[in-house]
Amino acid sequence: MTAVTTAKTLSELHVKLDPEGFLVDPNEWTPEVAQLIAQEEGIELTDRHWEVINFVRAYYEEHGEPPTLRAITKRGGVPTKELYQLFPKGPAKKVARIAGLGKPRGCI
Amino acid sequence: MKRLVILGAGTAGTMLANRLVKLPEWDEWHLTVIDATREHYYQPGFLLLPFGVYRPDEIVRPKRYYLPAGAEVLFAEVERIRPDRKHVELVDGRRVPYDVLIIATGAHIHPEETPGLMAHEWHRSIHTFYDFEGAVALAKALRAFRGGRLVVNVVEMPIKCPVAPLEFVFLADWYFTGRGLRDRVEIVYATPLPGAFTRPKAAEMLGNLLEERRIHVVPEFNVMEVDPDRRLLRSYDEQEVEYDLLVSVPLHMGAEAIARSEMGDELNFVPTDRHTLLAKGHDDIFVLGDATDLPTSKAGSVAHFQVDTFVENFRRYVDGLELLPLFDGHANCFVETGYGKGVLIDFNYDVEPLPGTFPLPGIGPMPLLRESPVNHWGKLLFHWMYWNVLLRGHELPIPAQLSLAGKDVEVAR
Repeated sequence: MTAVTTAKTLSELHVKLDPEGFLVDPNEWTPEVAQLIAQEEGIELTDRHWEVINFVRAYYEEHGEPPTLRAITKRGGVPTKELYQLFPKGPAKKVARIAGLGKPRGCI
Repeated sequence: MKRLVILGAGTAGTMLANRLVKLPEWDEWHLTVIDATREHYYQPGFLLLPFGVYRPDEIVRPKRYYLPAGAEVLFAEVERIRPDRKHVELVDGRRVPYDVLIIATGAHIHPEETPGLMAHEWHRSIHTFYDFEGAVALAKALRAFRGGRLVVNVVEMPIKCPVAPLEFVFLADWYFTGRGLRDRVEIVYATPLPGAFTRPKAAEMLGNLLEERRIHVVPEFNVMEVDPDRRLLRSYDEQEVEYDLLVSVPLHMGAEAIARSEMGDELNFVPTDRHTLLAKGHDDIFVLGDATDLPTSKAGSVAHFQVDTFVENFRRYVDGLELLPLFDGHANCFVETGYGKGVLIDFNYDVEPLPGTFPLPGIGPMPLLRESPVNHWGKLLFHWMYWNVLLRGHELPIPAQLSLAGKDVEVAR
């Protein structure tokens, strides 16, 4: 999965983003989209990144919400400190964005 | 007689017990309610108690008094649920068989999960209002506070009543203004979420409230530890937030008996069907209130709407009919914003909080998503209604499912 070429841009893929850069429709997500968003965030995706992304997407399928950091660390088996190394400055938000899910949200 | 067992006599369990015994079908059923503690707390009061709005004795009553006279009530700790044997094991060795089991064991705070939080400064310079003892201690600390940096920190989502920390900072602004100290108090709200308001319409309608009230927001702050001696919070990405008085909203978890029963997720919340409230993988266990893993608020109004839909489905269940997908995630909350005002919000799994009027379209009397004094009185009236109407299982003229009538849906588009 890591060897996806990223010749195209997000707009060429006709992926709709909201004003903050999150995918409007999670069904439009592909690994190629993830590569492009990661590039924008200045992150080069390794196998370890993909483990997290795949976990987050599977969790979303099951729960209808992106997981909290704790769910990623406890169930995905990635320590919190490492998550911050993989996705610096706000891993919950960055993972959600790269995995094509909405921004983590509170009740209002 | 068939046996229905409710674990937990909090808001959800108590409301449900009182509703069930009023059903015409109930003659054939025996009700057992199991809870480890005897005091029922009016939890919305935990927010107002620190500011002197309530006295401690106004928000605590005996649980037994609010449970149906005919119910068997066991004050005992649950060891584990045995779905394979259809019984509940208690720590004292007793076994309670069930035909239908309701898990309403709630959510509880775990300050010990954050290093430094519960050390020697707990209830001194570090506080919480998320339990009774904490709210009482914080009331004293606020009265003694002469100025400095007040930091309200949410450790991690999900929490009970997710707007309460925000309400706390609004009320703190009002409280210190009233005491003539506001210019000497800096108010900081540090949250793991991307902002104080994360829903688009709420952010648009209410976003400037924080600036107006001089409340500083630190978003995406995931606290790793507290240094109680240097009085600072440290995040996983090495940001530091200093405080003089810390009000923490600690990590929340479901009951430990859920973990012992191997029925919970990583926070001991029970995986639950979004619409029927059946525990996933079971056909005789339902989950209500804060104990679920559902993506809606952990709040009394949600428990109330869940009870409404469950009671309807229970009548179908006993007749062998298919359960209907009745619960829609409906929540309805008053948000205290200080100065005698409040904001009312109404939303569900799919519909954002929207502006409009509630409950009557165009009339109200309560405006949605806009500051108004009416909403504040609604919240105080609610204290009386909680004890005398809601817990008693009397019905309210508010439909369980969210209604778009009276909401400005054009704004949503």
